[in-house]
Amino acid sequence: MTSVSMTVNGKPVSGEVEGRTLLVEFLREGQGLTGTHVGCDTSQCGACVVHVNGEAVKACTIFAAEAEGAEVTTIEGMAEADGTLHPIQQAFQDHHGLQCGFCTPGMVMSAAALLKENPQPSPAEIRDYLEGNICRCTGYHNIVKAILAASGQDANAIAAE
Amino acid sequence: MYNFEFERPSTVEDAVRALAGDEAQALGGGQTLIPTLKQRLAMPSKLVSLTGIDSIRGVCVADDGAVCVGGATTHATVAREAAAAYPALAALAGQIGDPAVRNRGTIGGSLANNDPSACYPAAALGSGATIVTNAREIAADDYFQGMFETALEEGEIITEVRFPVPQAASYQKFDQPASRFALVGVFVARFAEGVRVAVTGASAEGVFRWHEAEAALAKNFAADALKGLSLSADGMIGDMHGTPEYRAHLAGVLAARAVAAA
Ligand SMILES: Cc1cc2nc3c(=O)[nH]c(=O)nc-3n(C[C@H](O)[C@H](O)[C@H](O)COP(=O)(O)OP(=O)(O)OC[C@H]3O[C@@H](n4cnc5c(N)ncnc54)[C@H](O)[C@@H]3O)c2cc1C
Ligand code: FES
Ligand code: FES
Repeated sequence: MTSVSMTVNGKPVSGEVEGRTLLVEFLREGQGLTGTHVGCDTSQCGACVVHVNGEAVKACTIFAAEAEGAEVTTIEGMAEADGTLHPIQQAFQDHHGLQCGFCTPGMVMSAAALLKENPQPSPAEIRDYLEGNICRCTGYHNIVKAILAASGQDANAIAAE
Repeated sequence: MYNFEFERPSTVEDAVRALAGDEAQALGGGQTLIPTLKQRLAMPSKLVSLTGIDSIRGVCVADDGAVCVGGATTHATVAREAAAAYPALAALAGQIGDPAVRNRGTIGGSLANNDPSACYPAAALGSGATIVTNAREIAADDYFQGMFETALEEGEIITEVRFPVPQAASYQKFDQPASRFALVGVFVARFAEGVRVAVTGASAEGVFRWHEAEAALAKNFAADALKGLSLSADGMIGDMHGTPEYRAHLAGVLAARAVAAA
């Protein structure tokens, strides 16, 4: 066992981990932050996406020890302290961008990374960026609408597909 | 996953020393190795992370114009930082997997792994790149030795990849949408001295040069010059996603598209 320290959602945290402990295990089991989901555990689905030093990464495909000293943001770090949803979360609610909600934490974290890089993405750019986020329910259309809306664009301008 | 010790040295020398131990293995971005470890297809006693070594990260342009990519540089960094100096290379890096994979995966890990459907091997072979390790320099023509096989010795670390910049180049990838790897990918590069064409995703031997196409394009760098040329389906990969004949045909189509786009 070795100890790791990192900042999670603005709070310094530390814990004992094995070499093989994944970041997602450290977050879910060590820190009780179960908003980050494990859909596939094979690096395919994106349900586990969190930000490490501002970049979207699959928390099931990085060891906790690799995040030593890093700034980590999970879905729990998106809303305001008073519970006010982050604009992307609010847009998912407004535009029905989720059904079962399993993929949603990863979708929101990927969307946040996209908007940081590209504040006004086109529908095609949104779909391209979400290549690594799989949703079994929505058919993606309302997710694209939600992200368009969160970026201040007209969500209703895209035709139903 | 079996357990292992984890080390994160900050210099190449320390990493080489740590890798000298029995059953120690390098860890780049982990985007191939972590899934492999989960399947218990590898059981190193120690993983030596290369991501803490600043001297092997980043993109720069050498005095002779070559684009030098540090061995632990992520695909996302190459997509961003090589865009001006070598657009075809940057575009290739920007099409690997998905954004989260590109934020972790590294060029050294991709070339060390030499997956027969990976993208970077096509860029390295197609550009005639030099693979620089802690011990030596290896020409791309000597480096790739078959599916998942390379010239690397045990414990050898890719520290840099040096790409001569062609006059024109393009990589055309036909996505395999489930894996996000290339079903087939073709990298075409035109240099003053000649043309190189590298094909990935097609052969069971991994990336290879299509010499016939190179000769035809050296005479006339136009998609039409490839008319009438075809690759044999012998030795091509056949699986549920495509037959050997399909892959051989696709390589020709993509080569022509790459020439048109270069
Ligand atoms: C969902 C998904 C989609 C993907 N899509 C594509 C794609 O479209 N195209 C593509 O080309 N790849 C794709 N990949 C693979 C990805 O590019 C990996 O990042 C890459 O193959 C391995 O790089 P890594 O840094 O993650 O290496 P790791 O997984 O850390 O290591 C892989 C191997 O390389 C060795 N190694 C690592 N770094 C070095 C080094 N510097 N020197 C010597 N040995 C080293 C390790 O010991 C290990 O054997 C995809 C992966 C995933 C999960
Ligand atoms: S759980 Fe990490 S990608 Fe699916
Ligand atoms: S809402 Fe159910 S998987 Fe996306």
